[in-house]
Amino acid sequence: MEMVTLLTATLHAAIISATPILYAALGEIFAERSGVLNLGVEGIMLVGAATGFYTAVNSQSLLLGILATVAVSLLFGLIFSFITITLRASQVVTGLVLTIFGTGLSAFLGKSMIGQASPVIFHKIPVPVLSKIPILGHVLFNHDMLVYVLYLLVPLSWFVIYRTREGLNLRAVGENPAAADALGINVFAVRYFYVCLGSMFAGLAGAYLSLAYAPSWLENMSAGRGWIAIVLVIFATWNPVRAALGALIFGGVDVLGFKFQARGIGISPYFMRMLPYLITIIVLIIITARSQMAKNLMPKALTIPYDREER
Amino acid sequence: MYILDKLNEGKCIRFEKRLSVPPVTYLIVPVVSVILVLLLGGLFLALLGYNPVEIYGILLNGAFGNTYNFTETIVHAIPLMLTGLGVSLAFKMGLWNIGAEGQLYFGAFMATGVALFFHDLPTPLMLTLVLTAGFLGGALWGFVPAALKVFIGVNETLTTLLLNYVAILWVDYFIFGPWKDPKGFLPYSKVFPQSAMLPVYPGTRIHAGLILAILAAIILWIIIWKTTWGYEIRLIGENTQVARTAGINIAKNMLLVMIISGGLAGLAGMGEVCGIIGRLQHNISPGYGYTAIIIAWLSRLNPLVILLVAIIFGGLNNGGYALQMVGLPESIVTMLQGAILLFVLGGDILTQYRIKIHRRGCGV
Repeated sequence: MEMVTLLTATLHAAIISATPILYAALGEIFAERSGVLNLGVEGIMLVGAATGFYTAVNSQSLLLGILATVAVSLLFGLIFSFITITLRASQVVTGLVLTIFGTGLSAFLGKSMIGQASPVIFHKIPVPVLSKIPILGHVLFNHDMLVYVLYLLVPLSWFVIYRTREGLNLRAVGENPAAADALGINVFAVRYFYVCLGSMFAGLAGAYLSLAYAPSWLENMSAGRGWIAIVLVIFATWNPVRAALGALIFGGVDVLGFKFQARGIGISPYFMRMLPYLITIIVLIIITARSQMAKNLMPKALTIPYDREER
Repeated sequence: MYILDKLNEGKCIRFEKRLSVPPVTYLIVPVVSVILVLLLGGLFLALLGYNPVEIYGILLNGAFGNTYNFTETIVHAIPLMLTGLGVSLAFKMGLWNIGAEGQLYFGAFMATGVALFFHDLPTPLMLTLVLTAGFLGGALWGFVPAALKVFIGVNETLTTLLLNYVAILWVDYFIFGPWKDPKGFLPYSKVFPQSAMLPVYPGTRIHAGLILAILAAIILWIIIWKTTWGYEIRLIGENTQVARTAGINIAKNMLLVMIISGGLAGLAGMGEVCGIIGRLQHNISPGYGYTAIIIAWLSRLNPLVILLVAIIFGGLNNGGYALQMVGLPESIVTMLQGAILLFVLGGDILTQYRIKIHRRGCGV
């Protein structure tokens, strides 16, 4: 019986741990599918976390907190889009600098909020009936709103990418923008839209950290989750459903680390905290070494700015 | 085509792509960017209720206001120079070494190991050893992602980045655990013996790391622009395919460049512990390895320009501490630094175009 309780608790915690990574990864899938690699995810997450928390504390409204997060991360998406899509600057450098800038901005915003508690946070809302199912009920249906939204977003994202005209256009732009352009698809509009959408998802990932996961503000609280999300996207071969499975595995590893520690297994907490990064590196090595799959499924125009004069 | 038609008066104004970019535009874009960022930053500060002129005054004074502040600026510039030079060499070859932060930490870790465990060596030998250890520590942290890239093809941007987190936790493990000073309460290592400390310029905290950085810049400049090896590095950076066809050993070059790149960052870490603090502790770098990326890019990967930009950025970092007195977090400096590069990145495309006025209309 104790085994079952432990397993249930672990799986439940794994979903919570997976949520911010999956939000960021879903967003990055959309951006990369359109041919834009946004390495600003980590920074946008931090800004989203700080903005959401700051607004929630000051307005005492969760809704305003989330809206502020969405607005600010949309602004970051627009800045990134303008520099990389319109002005065609290097996506890699721009993304990295955006992360540095975002880290600074979030530290600036958050300085006054260290150690504060928000009067409003995302509470767990057990789903009626469903949460009463033995084991699975607690694992899946005893979470907060943002997790439930994610349950809908995963299949919805998959459906949009693979089964709709918009998704077809999105993939066309990421594979061969010149051909998509010739077919009358507005390459710039598509890229702007999905990069901004992705950016908002990254912001929500941050808001989840500061308003549900922690819930508090800590400098650099995303702790590399944005980078893990980018690796997860490759692991998932740009497929939202595979990203969800991957995020669960990452979340599981994260939680197991904590559980081992709590049980007094004699590994230093510092080594346990290295685990997610090391495992991410190992995963990256395996997917690179084992198959050409990641390479073949990668959007062909990824990181290449589109220039109509060079068609 | 990006045309602005102005058909009135029979004139036509349009943007045309330049065939070659005049060198002076390389200066105009950063200067205009800095001005724009200061204006925008000023607006931001004004909105928060601060007087921008006063804040910039404090920043400038904190950075360059008097001899003491200036020497402290140089102290902050040293790790920025070394890490900036390190990442610039890798960037020159098209390798995204984002791991200078971790390489700095691992260099500091190795140097600390030597300083603590060979504490009774004579000074010259000890200094040689800590220097070597610092370089090797950073080099090792650069070599791992390079080897993964060369032998398996693993993306180095992500591995170098993730290894930053690992290196910082690694150092944490030692200063909270095995290397913690038994007499101290804080997570510090024991104090290094005097023999492991770099010479300093009397009356200041400027240490010999400055000489290392200047030497490194000159050597890198000569390598990149005056040797066959430098030509190979540049060719690989511009077109790997052509370089391969020309028979250049890309694998060997990548490994070597990442060893040097990481090694320089490792020296920066060694400089922090053996030049300034005298022991290993938490937070030896406020993100020098990340600022280095901005510096390298702003300097257009020119080693000599990097020295200069590192002094300016070191000044910003140093001036940032003065801002804390008026209750502003120093993270505003990170924002300014990042914003400058964002503007330069965006502004670069403008250098590729020129405005041409056709007096007789667009048809001409």
